[in-house]
Amino acid sequence: MEIVSNPSWGFLGGLFIGLSAVGLLLVNGKVAGVSGILGGSLLSSSGDLSWRIAFVVGLPLGGLLAIQFNSIPNAFAVTANPALLTAAGLLVGLGTQMGGGCTSGHGVCGISRGSIRSLVATATFMFFSGATVFVFRHVLEKT
Amino acid sequence: MVVLVSLICGIVFGVGVTVSGMTNPAQVLAFFDVFGSWDPTLGYVMAGALSVTVLGYAGARRRNKSILGGTFPSHPTSLKDVKLFLGAALFGVGWGLVGFCPGPVLASLGRGSAEVLIFSGSMVTGMLVWRLLATFLPKRS
Repeated sequence: MEIVSNPSWGFLGGLFIGLSAVGLLLVNGKVAGVSGILGGSLLSSSGDLSWRIAFVVGLPLGGLLAIQFNSIPNAFAVTANPALLTAAGLLVGLGTQMGGGCTSGHGVCGISRGSIRSLVATATFMFFSGATVFVFRHVLEKT
Repeated sequence: MVVLVSLICGIVFGVGVTVSGMTNPAQVLAFFDVFGSWDPTLGYVMAGALSVTVLGYAGARRRNKSILGGTFPSHPTSLKDVKLFLGAALFGVGWGLVGFCPGPVLASLGRGSAEVLIFSGSMVTGMLVWRLLATFLPKRS
């Protein structure tokens, strides 16, 4: 798999993510944590479903919009192993609900309001992600 | 109006993660492959996002409440919380296995990729499992 390092596109995309998070807090008073917004729409009786669904629907719309532009790099390479995809999906779903956030909720929104819990959570999931990649790429096998 | 703003924020977020390259799991995994072919892009994404949110959040919270959605949310502060550590660890392992976290995988739903659908389906299942389990756990604040 060939990776093209894209610091400028990365930074630009990050600015958009930040803009979205600030807009959602400033206007709607909500935290732009994707796992929290999605998780809160499941089995929920709190009656605030509509804004959650609108945000979640917006994500793939934005994704589709971005890939219409040929100048934007659009590489996509992921494992095709269904067992791996299923196990990882379950862990991400379970872990983000238990830990109260993902990369956006803890990593971006939480850290930017100075939350120690979010900083600790982000360090923890970054470490475990790195450890997992290390084990799979350098201990178990070289792929 | 609140719903429309949410939709727009979702679209801007979806554009952002896609432009950033983070919808490509291979690029995400490369950031974590410190002892292999390391790629710094994810770090630049975080820097870009935080540079806006650190300033924007500080500005927003100078107000008493949000423009349309009432008061700002309050958050727990205690670090004596096993769920926070265990949950983050489980999420990290899942993230490192494939390279998808919730935002990018949902932003990729329009690609027509079977992998994205399988991952999203099991992610929602994992969320449901925890929300069902949580109803049996004692409430503690």
